[in-house]
Amino acid sequence: MDFGPYLLLASLEGAVLASVLALMASGLSLVFGVMRVVNVAHGEFYMLGAVLAWWVASLAGGSVVLGFVLALVLAPLIVGAIAATADIVVLRRLSYDPERTIVATIGLLYIIQQLTLMSYGPEARPVVAPFNTRLAIPWFEFADGGLRMYWPWGLSTTSYKLFVIFAAVAVLLGIRVMMTRSRAGLLMRATQQDREIAQAFGIPVERVYAVVFGIGAGLAALAGVLIVPIQQAHYLMGLDALLLSFIVVIIGGLGSLAGTVIAAVLIGMSEGIISVFFSPTLAKIIATLLVAFVLVFRPQGLMGKRVR
Amino acid sequence: MSETARILALHAGLVALLLVLNFVLPAYPQGNLARIMVLASYAIGYNVLFGYTGLLSLGHAMFFAAGMYGMGLSMRHLGFPAGPALLAGLGAGAALSLVVGLLALRTAGVAFMIVTLMFAQAVYLAILLFGKYTRGDEGFVIPQADRVLAGIDLSDPFNRYFVALALFSFCLFSVLWLIRRPAGRVLVAIRENEERARLLGYDVFAHKLGAVVASGTISALAGAFYGLLFGYAGASFAAVQYSILPLLWVLLGGAGTIIGPFIGTLFMFYLIDLTSGLTSAYMLIAGVALVLLTLFAPQGLAGELRKRLWRWLP
Amino acid sequence: MSALLETRGLSRSFSGLRAVHEVDFTLPEGQVRALIGPNGAGKTTFVSMLVGRLAPSSGTVLFDGRDVTGLPVHARVRLGMAYTFQITSVFLRLSLHENVALAARRRLGGDGLAVERAVREALSRVGLLEHARRNAEELSYGHQRLLEIAMGIAQKPRLLILDEPTQGLADGEIADFKALLGELARETTILLIEHNMSVVMEVAEKITVLNFGEVLAEGSPEEVHADPRVQAAYLGVPDVAG
Repeated sequence: MDFGPYLLLASLEGAVLASVLALMASGLSLVFGVMRVVNVAHGEFYMLGAVLAWWVASLAGGSVVLGFVLALVLAPLIVGAIAATADIVVLRRLSYDPERTIVATIGLLYIIQQLTLMSYGPEARPVVAPFNTRLAIPWFEFADGGLRMYWPWGLSTTSYKLFVIFAAVAVLLGIRVMMTRSRAGLLMRATQQDREIAQAFGIPVERVYAVVFGIGAGLAALAGVLIVPIQQAHYLMGLDALLLSFIVVIIGGLGSLAGTVIAAVLIGMSEGIISVFFSPTLAKIIATLLVAFVLVFRPQGLMGKRVR
Repeated sequence: MSETARILALHAGLVALLLVLNFVLPAYPQGNLARIMVLASYAIGYNVLFGYTGLLSLGHAMFFAAGMYGMGLSMRHLGFPAGPALLAGLGAGAALSLVVGLLALRTAGVAFMIVTLMFAQAVYLAILLFGKYTRGDEGFVIPQADRVLAGIDLSDPFNRYFVALALFSFCLFSVLWLIRRPAGRVLVAIRENEERARLLGYDVFAHKLGAVVASGTISALAGAFYGLLFGYAGASFAAVQYSILPLLWVLLGGAGTIIGPFIGTLFMFYLIDLTSGLTSAYMLIAGVALVLLTLFAPQGLAGELRKRLWRWLP
Repeated sequence: MSALLETRGLSRSFSGLRAVHEVDFTLPEGQVRALIGPNGAGKTTFVSMLVGRLAPSSGTVLFDGRDVTGLPVHARVRLGMAYTFQITSVFLRLSLHENVALAARRRLGGDGLAVERAVREALSRVGLLEHARRNAEELSYGHQRLLEIAMGIAQKPRLLILDEPTQGLADGEIADFKALLGELARETTILLIEHNMSVVMEVAEKITVLNFGEVLAEGSPEEVHADPRVQAAYLGVPDVAG
């Protein structure tokens, strides 16, 4: 394949990764933005989404489409409920102390991961995509003094991958509308601004926190459901996803949803493109070091404004 | 008995008890206890930063691994004998902790935790990237013939236990000495109220940097000895899990106590050892313990002991 | 008398708002000076710049003739400044003894006997010696304030900056505090930020009044007390004296 088509292919793969990452990182960012806690178990909610998708799909038996739609609805709900329960039972009792919360969510990480290992097992399992038509993509080249269209071998995507991109965009728009237009969003933003004042105005801050933690986890689970027809579900898949989300959220500026989405696109695309040309391990090293240096030298994120 | 005498009696008593156990224990617990003492040395190093200075690192595996690989790689590729190889591990840990400290200490709180996590992840990935030398995940065995220190064969269980005990006592008493010195008291002051310490005229950054280097170097020393005593170096010792474990041991045993790291390591080791006989998901215990400790016993076992019985416990 | 502390054109603004503006201030060695002013006059901002907790937008701070504007907090304290917080800031989970020892040790280093002597002296001067083994968190608020003073004493500072030391104290405690301050005045230079006028009038040799970030008046307690501009500032009438 020539360079041009190759780059396009890499960008398409990158866009799929970016969409899933944007969903997952928005969940992390929302939780940090409103509750000021870092949820280390976030990757496990993503993993749970993927595992539940497999489980629901296999229960649904023959109908692939029905199974997938059910998974798309049920997995985020179940995971959201689990997360909200964890918030009420554990985090609330720690008064959301930042450091103790991190330690507790590390504990949750191992509990969820190891329980999955005990019940679901160590195997990686696939879920069949509800639709998966191969779509060839044309490319243009200059030949004989004119522009000529041709179909390079290997340059293609699938209808499912396009669906993932569209679904992610739709959900992210939905979240944005919810945050800016709805009453629930208003309550969340008020709580984010100032917890005490919100409480004084009668906002049920504790309930808001549980809901936000649930929504955050639900977004991760949704990302997990979407990814599982492309990558298989495995009990250890959470850690890499968590680290990538950290990278995205920190580079985008902690707690800023727009920054998170932009950073997800940036990281997803470049990760897709870089790992086509370089070793993926090297790409990861560069990304992790980048995060560390952003936190050290530009703690407001690459896109955030400096607060004085 | 004066407070100092009591403190010395308690810790020397522990070391003496461990010494006697080497002569009476059967092979299996003897091997376990040797391992626990080396890991507890790692936890003691972690505790300098977390327990005494109040800085929570999520990346100490990089220091443990720096010691382990500094020792192992210099042996494997440069032909160092055990003594110089240990020093190479120690030096690698000291240098890495100095660099990480200079950078990470520009941040605080949650950012510090994430920066250390990211640096450790970069070190772990670097070990995988240079698989040609490190043999990546698979790791490499340190041949028995090389595991000889000053004429002592370290693969012999009795000798190995003895060297592990020597390392453990060294770490235990040097940290005890450190925190009773003025500089160590300043670390505690920074943990309790950083701004106040600064306004008493203490250079907070310099003290924190010293704590990171001391903590990282002790962790590296433990890593180097772990590789040498048990004859293996592998990337799993640099993975996130090995950064979480010392946090867990210290939390369980009691952060900011000298004896806590040992108690925590001992308990968690046997808890995991027992569970791993029942299920492969033995890290479940670690998860449950972390949640329960943060919820109900943030002081840990030795911390509760200090609160209820022995206020003099250092 | 030579100036121990001096500021020249010291200014600080927060996003356009001038908290402290072009303050020239001179404090001679050995004096007890009070710094007063209505709420929001910029006292805390000014003092924060003196000890280095806040960097000035412009201007310089001189301590003992040396420009310390660029020095970090701990370096200024090493030169002989001591600062007690407006909101009590002690090591709550450490014993009183250790609190004061931390203050003394920076000066005396590892000399255990000298530290012990300094701790006993400082604690007995504020009347807390009998509580030496207790943790600071077990003390009443008033006693915690005294502990702060003891930590200041143990540093043997050349300049002791007390930021609203009597805030939240009972009347009896304030009387004791005045006596203590009188004793300290013989040993060191004191800059006192204070709301309680009876303390200011009795203890201070000279008073500086800040208003809207600028020096409004300076003089003996009697002069300042009689100054109509000061009265106007406290009553909130703008610009009576023109």
